[in-house]
Amino acid sequence: MVELNIRQPVNREEQPDPLEIPSLERGAMAESKPYVASPDHQAAIGYPGELVDNWKEKAIDKLGELVGKSRALQVYLDSCVKCGACTDKCHYFLGTGDPLNMPVARQDLLRKVYRRYFTFAGKYVPWLVGAEDLTEEVLDEWYSYFHQCSQCRRCSVYCPYGIDTAEVSMAAREIMDSIGKGQKYCNEIIGKVHTIGNNLGLQKKALQATLEDLEEDIEDETGVQVRLPLDEEGADIMLVTPSADFFAEPHVDGLIGYAKVFHQAGASWTISSYASEAANFGMFIGSYENMREIALRIRKAAEDLKVKRIIFGECGHAWRAAYSFLNTLAGPFDFLDQDYPIPQHICEYTHDLIEKGELTFDKSQNDDFRLTYHDSCNVARASRMGDAPGGQFEIPRAILRAVCNHFYDMPADTIRESTFCCGGGGGLLTDELLEVRTKGAQPRMRALQQVSDDHGVTHMAALCAICKTQFAKVMPEYGFEMDAVVSIHQMVSNAIVLDGQITDEDDEDEDEAEPDTAGADADEGEE
Amino acid sequence: MLTATYALLFYAATVILVVGLGRKIWQYANTPAPLKIPTTPAPVTQGGVVARMFREVVLFESLFKANKWTWLFGWTFHAALLVVLIRHLRYFTEPVWGWVALMQPFGVYAGFAMVAGLLGLWARRIFVPRIRYISAPSDHLMLALLLGIGISGLLIKYVARTDIVALKAFCLGLIYFDWQPLPADPMLLVHLTLVAVLMIVFPVSKLLHAPGVFFSPGRNQVDNPREKRHLAPWAARLETGSGGKR
Repeated sequence: MVELNIRQPVNREEQPDPLEIPSLERGAMAESKPYVASPDHQAAIGYPGELVDNWKEKAIDKLGELVGKSRALQVYLDSCVKCGACTDKCHYFLGTGDPLNMPVARQDLLRKVYRRYFTFAGKYVPWLVGAEDLTEEVLDEWYSYFHQCSQCRRCSVYCPYGIDTAEVSMAAREIMDSIGKGQKYCNEIIGKVHTIGNNLGLQKKALQATLEDLEEDIEDETGVQVRLPLDEEGADIMLVTPSADFFAEPHVDGLIGYAKVFHQAGASWTISSYASEAANFGMFIGSYENMREIALRIRKAAEDLKVKRIIFGECGHAWRAAYSFLNTLAGPFDFLDQDYPIPQHICEYTHDLIEKGELTFDKSQNDDFRLTYHDSCNVARASRMGDAPGGQFEIPRAILRAVCNHFYDMPADTIRESTFCCGGGGGLLTDELLEVRTKGAQPRMRALQQVSDDHGVTHMAALCAICKTQFAKVMPEYGFEMDAVVSIHQMVSNAIVLDGQITDEDDEDEDEAEPDTAGADADEGEE
Repeated sequence: MLTATYALLFYAATVILVVGLGRKIWQYANTPAPLKIPTTPAPVTQGGVVARMFREVVLFESLFKANKWTWLFGWTFHAALLVVLIRHLRYFTEPVWGWVALMQPFGVYAGFAMVAGLLGLWARRIFVPRIRYISAPSDHLMLALLLGIGISGLLIKYVARTDIVALKAFCLGLIYFDWQPLPADPMLLVHLTLVAVLMIVFPVSKLLHAPGVFFSPGRNQVDNPREKRHLAPWAARLETGSGGKR
């Protein structure tokens, strides 16, 4: 577990700047495209299976419909003055140099079509205002570059009008879906959630077995019986967590952490097999209907299980979909306990307990970790934790500081509201997009390198399932171990002292014994 | 003939500006905003949103975070333009309002500042490859138009002076529908023509950022989605429907 970063500290002068602006490389990423959804995947979530014959008319109609349904889209398409403030803000641009990865240029792919068909100037003097007909080439560009936006909203922080490229790429994906050119990764997953209840297609039986295994693991480790209940009617709290938490590393260590916190707090809680997914990929494809349908599963599960509270596990866009959208999509939640936030984040829950002094930690258990923290983009710029603006930055850090002795932030212009996307968000976490994912991670990796060189940081905590998977995958490309990314509640899990837990001395005895416990001597060694 | 042409031009330009902008504002106000999407951290109260919008519109807060040069040139241009516009109120008021009279000395400097800001912005548009890449011909023309207005105005003030008393009579005549002769000085005519063009293109160009910023959900929404539902009318209709599949 404690593999240290293998890179040697380098001279400060040689450190590449995370924000270094590349020179323009036209067309560098033009060939980066995700697999197209199959007809089955399309049909399952309400879209035509293949590119429809009259796709141009359909696409233009859909654009008109979306502009009429969304003030954001209408205002954002009209208001851009091409000031250039956003041009050096996208991690995919910083990593690839492809000018179409500059946020404004990405927006312009849709804006030029909007102008051509919906504005006076674009209809009569298209050459003057950069308006263009919708052609196959344009559709190709859409498919390529609207799948190189992770909807992280970094550009929207810096835009003088708050123009959010995420809204534009969501609209573009919704248009492409509606004419039969959807993206396989997202659409297949959404279909699984509609039918099975989670992104991974884990059936209840498999889920049950996994949770039982985890219970055993925790008991082996701590000597304490910590439960991970499934579908327990009448529990107080329903935990909705990304399904990656059920098996992926380091996600599952976070799930163990939630369970320990619930256990120590004496909470009655359960996971639902019907709504066994916090992620909501409906958001990535800009589909209000799909997003709503997924949200309604959570409502139904809460009603069926008769719980009083809903708490979300560590996931970035899921927290956006929960915090910002759940009440609107599937509310009002008047059947839940109104004394608690609806929904609540697991970090808010743990942080409250820490504040009240109800959890005991042995921080030295994390002394092998010199930590930094990656603000996940959707948590940072599209949601909140706690009562005050910016709680989404303070609460995770407060938890990490409470459970770990060594914490260092990365450079100020790469964290909090200026944080970078991990490179895999927004429906890009699929292997065929690995090149753009790896390049998009570059700014974050450089920032990590700095704090690693300056403070000997060995690990980076994140609270997003996509961030964790993405970093585990691309970190080796940048000279870090794949397990250098950790869950926040993994750190909590390491340090928390459960009532009746095997003490440190017992632990040390075991550790000392271990080298001797080869083969048949195992039993003896433990004596 | 000249007077009538310009009088009619300005009536037309005013109607296009007011009606065009009014239509756009009506459209922005009436297009539903289906979900809470403020860029966070965002204010949790309406008062906080007013403060955020104030910082955005008056200080260009986000642009300041983004790029100091663009902020410097952009803010200088906009602030100077405001002072210049205030200064020009003296041609449309009789007697001149006290606070407008107070602004007169600053107005002259503002004219230069405005031109300097525009030149800075244009230089960036030409010399920074990223910004050159995203520029359409209209982006250059808009700067040319504004520069033309600024420079012709300064020339009228310092080089090719016009009969300013007669000009004021013309302006007041427009307001009271009692046309007075317009001085036939070429530089003045250039200045007025360019201003009329600006008014006409305003509602069909990127100048829509002026009303747009106030309607941007990223900036004008209160961060309170857990406390309040934010249901658009078309989204509410989904609820009265089946509740299941689309």
